[in-house]
Amino acid sequence: MTKVKTTYNRRTFLKTTALAGGGMLLSFSWLAACAPSKQQVAQLPKNWFNLNGYLKIAENGQVTIQSPNPEIGQNVKTSMPMIVAEELDVDWKQVIVEQAPLNTDIFSRQIAGGSQSIRQSWKALRTAGATARQMLREAAAANWKVPVTEITTDKGILFHKNSGKSATYGEMAAAAAAIPVPKEVTLKDVKDFKIIGTSRKNVDGQKIVTGKPLFGLDYQREGMLIAMIVHPPAFGLTLKSIDDSEARKMPGIREVFSINTYPATMTRGAFDVDAFPEMAVIVGNSTWEVMQAKKALKVSWEPIKPYSFEMDGWRGKTTVNVPAGLESSETHSAKMAELAAQPGKVLRKDGDPDTAFKNAATIIERHYTAPFLAHNTMEPMNFFAHVTDEKAELVGPIQTPEFMEKSVAARLGLPLEKVDIQMTRMGGGFGRRLYGHFLVEAAVISQKIKAPVKLIYTREDDMTDGVYRPAYHVTYRAALDANKQLLAIHVRGGGVPDSPVHANRFPAGAIDNYLAEEWSVATNISTGAFRAPGSNFIASAEQSFLDEVAEAMGKDPIDMRLEMLQRAQSKPVGEKNDYDAARYAGVLKLVKEKAAWGSAKPGVHRGVSAYFCHNSYVANVLELHLKDGKPVVDKAYCAIDCGIVVNPDAAANMAEGSVVDAIGHALYSKLTLKEGVPEQTNFHEYRMIRHHEAPKNIEVHFVKSDVDPTGLGEPIYPPVFAALANALYKATGKRFYNQPFFPEY
Amino acid sequence: MAQFKLKINGQWREVDVDPATPLLWVLRDHLQMVGTKFGCGMAQCGACTVHLGKTATRSCVLPVSAVGDSPVTTIEGLSENGDHPLQKAWLEMDVPQCGYCQAGQIMSAAALLKSNPHPSDEEIDAAMMGNICRCGTYTRIKKAIKTAAAK
Ligand code: FES
Ligand code: FES
Repeated sequence: MTKVKTTYNRRTFLKTTALAGGGMLLSFSWLAACAPSKQQVAQLPKNWFNLNGYLKIAENGQVTIQSPNPEIGQNVKTSMPMIVAEELDVDWKQVIVEQAPLNTDIFSRQIAGGSQSIRQSWKALRTAGATARQMLREAAAANWKVPVTEITTDKGILFHKNSGKSATYGEMAAAAAAIPVPKEVTLKDVKDFKIIGTSRKNVDGQKIVTGKPLFGLDYQREGMLIAMIVHPPAFGLTLKSIDDSEARKMPGIREVFSINTYPATMTRGAFDVDAFPEMAVIVGNSTWEVMQAKKALKVSWEPIKPYSFEMDGWRGKTTVNVPAGLESSETHSAKMAELAAQPGKVLRKDGDPDTAFKNAATIIERHYTAPFLAHNTMEPMNFFAHVTDEKAELVGPIQTPEFMEKSVAARLGLPLEKVDIQMTRMGGGFGRRLYGHFLVEAAVISQKIKAPVKLIYTREDDMTDGVYRPAYHVTYRAALDANKQLLAIHVRGGGVPDSPVHANRFPAGAIDNYLAEEWSVATNISTGAFRAPGSNFIASAEQSFLDEVAEAMGKDPIDMRLEMLQRAQSKPVGEKNDYDAARYAGVLKLVKEKAAWGSAKPGVHRGVSAYFCHNSYVANVLELHLKDGKPVVDKAYCAIDCGIVVNPDAAANMAEGSVVDAIGHALYSKLTLKEGVPEQTNFHEYRMIRHHEAPKNIEVHFVKSDVDPTGLGEPIYPPVFAALANALYKATGKRFYNQPFFPEY
Repeated sequence: MAQFKLKINGQWREVDVDPATPLLWVLRDHLQMVGTKFGCGMAQCGACTVHLGKTATRSCVLPVSAVGDSPVTTIEGLSENGDHPLQKAWLEMDVPQCGYCQAGQIMSAAALLKSNPHPSDEEIDAAMMGNICRCGTYTRIKKAIKTAAAK
């Protein structure tokens, strides 16, 4: 049993308030700062009754649990409330789940990103449930005049064994609401979990399969108008002038104008990435009418001049410099190759790699590249906004509501408390909806036209006004001695505009002589996080390279990795290694066993790969055969160590999706540019994986663990690319270095 | 603008719109039926799939003027109580991740099962390859279709 304080060194405070109707409402706040700010304190009494907490209990025993974080398909709307319900000790059938509003007074870190929702809220969610349960027990003890220690609970019922008394949570809810919040509560033992670790269905499942409104694009409001953007056709261009004479005359069109989402003088937040602050906007009565006017609108564009703006980001205030020019993928590739041939910025150096390479009997040097990728969430970017002089009301799909609330307030010149963001279910995120420029655009448009408006991106807007996965190039070198022993590894990598190199990850720590360097290329193309940023590429390069090194050493690729991990575990090199070698080896051993690695199957070609990122460990084996020279992936095995698995079947679903998603991006997808113009504009040009290309069978295995849970949205994705490349090598005798592997297919 | 009488999910509905307006936007904007989704607008992703008669049709490229008397079925009308065998199988397999593509997936699968109650893997692939799922739920979708077909 773990005892936790309900106040974390003054950082936490709890508020209780009785609900009308005798229910009970608990509110928790885990503030990021050590104490609430003056502004927050001033707000408290006013907001007290408007706050929704994590849970409320009705007289009939029904429990409503607020799911604090945005739902993008990672299934937190089911799994986060499961954790609260576990500690509350209710029957899952009694639980109603609601999407919580954005409220940083109550909830901490309302972000969908970094695979951190479960990991960072684990304790908070458990404490929320346990605290309510404790108050219910205290209420029952007082009522029955027995010691609280004698009150037990099960499935939403309080029991006192000696007297034979019992009551439902609903019957005690009103009394419990009057109980002071306990200073300390006891959390369950992992072995006593009844809900966590059992599979529970998606709480929105019924609504999804019957087509109920759930998504931002589905949101409607009386008197709502439709807005669309016309953005520059090329990165490196900006708006010069608009000729709206035709467009204005078209049926259903209300207004045509230009906006500047982020004026140069505005300090942007960390997620205000936007290559096209100035653009044209058309507002009309219906989507189709606005789409037609979009085609008729004549806009002149002009080249941008180099510019800079302030960004208040992760590392404090920085100045971001944007170069001018019309960039092409070809010139990016040439520039990256040039930088790859020069020394980069040294990130880590262990031992004496220079001497090791000088004395090597064999040096293996390989280059790996990958293009920009568009996120292509199936629901295009959109947001509803209704801005009045009094307040800004925003509804829609956003991964970073906390951040965008600040951006909107800054842009509109409204105090923060006058900006309200409601989160809808998202038709996919994958990092794209971290960057909420479309939300600010909607707010600016609504403010200008003084009406409620829904901004909708067409697929073409979505694909060509993207925040792309950077393009990458990385070089791996290995030095082997005359006995084929590994002497040194050197990684040098970079990208447009970011480097994917994580210097302290494996194989750092497992090898005496190691050098990691990076470089970067400035660009005016907007890029950002894409499912497992950086890792999604470096894992494929590293794990493909190790496969080749193992072959040169004459070793089985799993055995070779296990030997390196053994070294990292028993005698690690350096102190900053950011992985647990035993857990890393654990997933490799598990996948080896489950895939019956080593037993050859005729006509089946297999590849293996393992990676650690976003706090979870994953190993994959892929099996494929060739049909007309093209790969068909028959089966995939996933071994995962993410600590405790909250909702196993949903976690398996996430793993299956990651495997499919990775196979698609590895084989087919790319976003290329010519003279600043994205060459793919819709799904006829941008190749996505489809039904017939997905593996028929994906086996997912979890390492049994009592360790606190870590995330799953991202870490399963990166290793798949290399498992595929390594299996392709077995099938074709050819190594695959450049993504996508089958660009023309 | 022109008047159109459309038979949608068994009910006659009237709209006054530009004849070129795709059925998708008539459903979503004019009839407030938002279960049918917008994904690409050019018959490439399947998110907007409805049934025109018995045929799976991409409503994003179907002008309302071309609908005529053909009955239209949308996800909202696939079954009265959300209990079509495919909807039940979808829930049993817990298919959706983000869920956005799933109405279109179900409508494509429903048209397939209507014409071919026991499809092979290859037939499922052929009928479903026009429906993209960015979340990668294809493997589960196939299992759900087979589950429904078995019932
Ligand atoms: S929206 Fe109709 S097929 Fe994509
Ligand atoms: S479930 Fe997200 S696109 Fe299919």
